[in-house]
Amino acid sequence: MRFSFLALLRQAFHPDVPWTRQWRDPEPKSAYDAVIVGGGGHGLATAFYLASQHGLTNIAVLEKGWIGGGNTGRNTTIIRSNYLFPESAALYDHSLKLFEGLSQALNYNVMFSPRGVLMLAHNHHDIISLKRHVYANRLSGIDNQYISAKAAKAFCPPLNISPRIRYPVLGAALQRRGGVARHDAVAWGFARAADALGVDIIQNCEVTGLMRDAGGAVRGIETTRGAISTPKVGVVAAGHSSVVLERFGLRMPLESFPLQALVSEPVKPIVPCVVMSNTIHAYISQSDKGELVIGAGTDQYVSYSQQGGQHVTAQTLEAICELFPQFGRMRMLRNWGGIVDVTPDRSPIIGKTPIEGLFVNCGWGTGGFKATPGSGHVFAHTMATGAPHPINAPFGLERFASGRLIDEAAAAAVAH
Amino acid sequence: MLLIDCPYCGARPEIEFRCGGEAHITRPAPEAARDDESFAQFLYFRRNTKGMLAENWWHVHGCQRWFHALRDTQTDAFAATYKIGATPPDLPGSAS
Ligand SMILES: Cc1cc2nc3c(=O)[nH]c(=O)nc-3n(C[C@H](O)[C@H](O)[C@H](O)COP(=O)(O)OP(=O)(O)OC[C@H]3O[C@@H](n4cnc5c(N)ncnc54)[C@H](O)[C@@H]3O)c2cc1C
Ligand SMILES: [Zn+2]
Repeated sequence: MRFSFLALLRQAFHPDVPWTRQWRDPEPKSAYDAVIVGGGGHGLATAFYLASQHGLTNIAVLEKGWIGGGNTGRNTTIIRSNYLFPESAALYDHSLKLFEGLSQALNYNVMFSPRGVLMLAHNHHDIISLKRHVYANRLSGIDNQYISAKAAKAFCPPLNISPRIRYPVLGAALQRRGGVARHDAVAWGFARAADALGVDIIQNCEVTGLMRDAGGAVRGIETTRGAISTPKVGVVAAGHSSVVLERFGLRMPLESFPLQALVSEPVKPIVPCVVMSNTIHAYISQSDKGELVIGAGTDQYVSYSQQGGQHVTAQTLEAICELFPQFGRMRMLRNWGGIVDVTPDRSPIIGKTPIEGLFVNCGWGTGGFKATPGSGHVFAHTMATGAPHPINAPFGLERFASGRLIDEAAAAAVAH
Repeated sequence: MLLIDCPYCGARPEIEFRCGGEAHITRPAPEAARDDESFAQFLYFRRNTKGMLAENWWHVHGCQRWFHALRDTQTDAFAATYKIGATPPDLPGSAS
């Protein structure tokens, strides 16, 4: 069914007729033209674009748990494209543009809300770094502006710009087109639209091994629900990408860390935009339910425990309380962790692997939600045509040997 | 917060330490280092093991010495810590 105002109205008058299932729950077939490993936002978006742009509809997304149950459903949903290097800016802005029309394209409300992303400067280094980003962004045609502390306060009234705090706000960069979207809706919207085009979305199906032909090319995969033959496999498994690829015999330039977030009890609208501070490591926005959504940092060691250290969140909350003293007595409702796969240069890996027919889209680390549609779009191109889209060409695995890193780590050294 | 057993100082809270990542990575010999692929492996490619992982740790706010640890990355529990230069202790039922 298509969602529309009329459909809503009709449903309101027939509460006895339940909404129909939004996607099927098929049994895995014995063969597909392509298989995606990992049913997060990126995997589902890849499947959607493979089906809608490249006519590959006999494909499946295999998810070991439930779709969107990984980092897609655990992230703080900040969307922005003001990255330093032209390669990254192009990739993230491609995605931001797709976000702008995504609800219409999927006929599913992903609640994209471009309410503005404010990144705070607390010292001389921050000011220079943010200005450098602003100028670089302008050259790439991406909106970003540097504003004073007073203007930041006007944009975000609850912000504390007192010069007497430990890390006073000296200024900010503002990307007005940035904002947030509903994470689950992004996964569900892509799942529903892909399913409608014939894609099989198979949950509770863990990929355990790779089958290769005599020449070494991909012949199929082994899963907990049986073997499936396919000539093309795309691994999009976030924090577990290296675990999957190790089973396939490949080592990756990846390390997996827990990254935490938490939400407060719901309150009336108070934070009108997204506020981020790299220096004191805190970021905050308010969900439509009214909860303050707060992002903390990663633990310093590799871990798959999906729960980070308490001192990491405590540190972020201290920073939040200094920037927003009025939140000091708010209660936090939930705290959780997701396992993020981090590359040495903090840029993703999207492309081919040394194994013919095996593709990877991983390394999104702490900041890939914003890239969900763009990543799926360029990765689908790569898998369908066997060659990267111009936007993801610089993000191949080869860059670690050639030395052409896209070092956003040095540029910002920050999460999300 | 983890409690970490420094081989020199004993058990101390995690905030006194810095994790230095995977241990026992050897730099390629000068002849091999001319080949980009083996140098990339040395610089960037990691085991990222889900299970027992050998690591470097630095007791930065303590004795300031480096040491190694074996830690299960699924539970974060330390199985052993040992000094630099020592071989990793054998653990029952684990392969590092
Ligand atoms: C706390 C937190 C806050 C964040 N905040 C932001 C933010 O504000 N903005 C932003 O842009 N990004 C943010 N991120 C990062 C963002 O969440 C991720 O980069 C992005 O969601 C990754 O999407 P994905 O689809 O690749 O991964 P996931 O959603 O994790 O999907 C991967 C899927 O693969 C499945 N899988 C793994 N192994 C197998 C297997 N063997 N077989 C089958 N399936 C398997 C997993 O179950 C999982 O569902 C944050 C992350 C966290 C944890
Ligand atoms: Zn010590």
